[in-house]
Amino acid sequence: MKNILKAAVAAIALAAAGSAAQAADLKACFIYVGPVGDFGWSYQHDQGRLAMEKHFAGKVETAYLESVPEGADAERAIERFAREGCGIIFTTSFGYMNPTLKVAAKYPDVKFEHATGYKTAANVATYNSKFHEGRYILGQIAAKMSTKGTAGYIGSFPIPEVVSGINSFLLGAQSVNPDFKVKIVWVNSWFDPAKEADAAKALIDQGADIISQHTDSTAPLQVAAERGVLGFGQASDMIAFAPKSQLTSIIDEWGPYYIERVQAALDGTWESKQTWHGLKEGHVVMAPYTNMPDDVAALAKETEAKIIAGWEPFTGPITKQDGTEAAADGVRLDDGAILGMNWYIKGIDDKLPQ
Amino acid sequence: MFEAILLTVITAATPLLLAAIGELVVERSGVLNLGVEGMMIMGAVTGFAVANLTGSGTLGILGAIGAGMALSALFGFLVLVLVTNQVATGLALTLLGLGLSGLIGEAFIGVPGLKLEKLDLPFLTDLPFIGPVIFGQDPIVYMSVAIVIAVAYALARTRAGLVLRAVGDNHASAHALGLSVLKVRFLAVLFGGACAGLAGGYMSLAYTPQWVENMTAGRGWIALALVVFASWLPWRVVIGAYLFGAVTVLTFHAQAVGVGVPSQLLSSLPYIATILVLVFISSNRRLTLVNTPACLGKPFVPDR
Repeated sequence: MKNILKAAVAAIALAAAGSAAQAADLKACFIYVGPVGDFGWSYQHDQGRLAMEKHFAGKVETAYLESVPEGADAERAIERFAREGCGIIFTTSFGYMNPTLKVAAKYPDVKFEHATGYKTAANVATYNSKFHEGRYILGQIAAKMSTKGTAGYIGSFPIPEVVSGINSFLLGAQSVNPDFKVKIVWVNSWFDPAKEADAAKALIDQGADIISQHTDSTAPLQVAAERGVLGFGQASDMIAFAPKSQLTSIIDEWGPYYIERVQAALDGTWESKQTWHGLKEGHVVMAPYTNMPDDVAALAKETEAKIIAGWEPFTGPITKQDGTEAAADGVRLDDGAILGMNWYIKGIDDKLPQ
Repeated sequence: MFEAILLTVITAATPLLLAAIGELVVERSGVLNLGVEGMMIMGAVTGFAVANLTGSGTLGILGAIGAGMALSALFGFLVLVLVTNQVATGLALTLLGLGLSGLIGEAFIGVPGLKLEKLDLPFLTDLPFIGPVIFGQDPIVYMSVAIVIAVAYALARTRAGLVLRAVGDNHASAHALGLSVLKVRFLAVLFGGACAGLAGGYMSLAYTPQWVENMTAGRGWIALALVVFASWLPWRVVIGAYLFGAVTVLTFHAQAVGVGVPSQLLSSLPYIATILVLVFISSNRRLTLVNTPACLGKPFVPDR
């Protein structure tokens, strides 16, 4: 009962704060697919929102809706924000693509930013990050640190973003150990801590001594720590959950982008474009390299510097699983090929679920 | 390898088993509580919070049980005293639990949890195979086994069990015999809440020692299905929960070995297995009807 009361008081306070902040120059609104408490994807977007809000100190008012299902509900939520006077709206999941475009057509004066999509309009920009750059570094570290030469990889859904991550991981590993193996388990969920933990246990029981994940919870890393093997964090720095097992983590850093775009909206220089940044621009950040010898950390840092200087992990020679050539020696895959990747590289035993 | 798989299966099955055995008792008393998921998640967040603040796993377990019971007491009051619709109230309870747990748990996001100690008996736990499987579990696993045995015995062999079944099968007759239908049902609802809370506590204290919103991820609904699957018999709940856990874990192993079956199909296997067994059970009418509480979901208002 006390908590319900607390919630009611909080809601009233929130409403009051909303009306008091009318003086702000711009209202920036966010739609999240998960709860802000997932400590993964939506959590990191919310951290970006908070960083942006702090940066503009009172000049920009923000609002968000969490756990908005992709589909018809999303359209209602986005439209509500547009009607409420949001000047710029960030929709942060792939499935919001068409609802965003639909609402954008009705509100030409509102600016829209859609994460991870590929359709734009005059007032709809898209943004995403090159997470595969970080995965290449993880692969190198995995190959150096593994004694069994096998890593376990927990996948969410076989979509291009995840597939390119697996390929990049193995390319990195093969650059250190050409015979390196990766075992893949799909859990068909972005977020189910218990299932992710079971998948991690299965992979370790099957001989993997490095755990990498493309799902959002800290559970796999915790299992790795419990079983005494090594692993990588995902989306945020998860070192607190596995102080002796986390090697590093790929951190999604949305703050700089949100600040840049809101600034542009304030200055009147905002225009629709497609942003796909990575380590260089600080949109993908590597957590400190821990639990590894200095030479491995040095290699990781060297690769990180190389990528920041402009090198692309998907540079040939790259051979597809079926033996055909994907990229000749020295040729770099173009952005479209990486963003739409639906094939495995040679060395992966798993069949790509279609 | 078999030992490793078995250990994982026990972990996967325990929360389902606990939540389902609690709901079984509730349904045997004639009440349908669809709020299992909500009570589980409240148990998870409270167990985590208490263990984290006090540093004691035992207090965490008690907190989880208490949270489940508190929520079920609310349900009991609404459904038994105010005679609200059971289905709607149960669904509301789930929504309430999911929302409230998010609010309470906000401070605990990204905080590493406290993992319950596993039993470690000198000599016994070191035995090959039976050591880790039988003598190396955490306390909640043993509690789940004890609860199932107690419920099975009580339902079949004790007066209390007879009273519970009478209330669930024909509340009018039970009332005429002088039994307090509402009191029995309220106690059953509380028991269900305690079990669901404990199941949630197992998730956040032993299975994956952390708190994240919505971490029970639908297991409360699976527990509800398991009760029907078991045709309201405690021993079959054990079979159902372990079968479900085993199929889930084996699909991951199958993928890791690389059997080349689409992962989407493998992920749906536990559900397919459940449906198949349900079809098999319900093809025999006698088997299903004999244990179905006749007054399940029917409200009772005592005539004064």
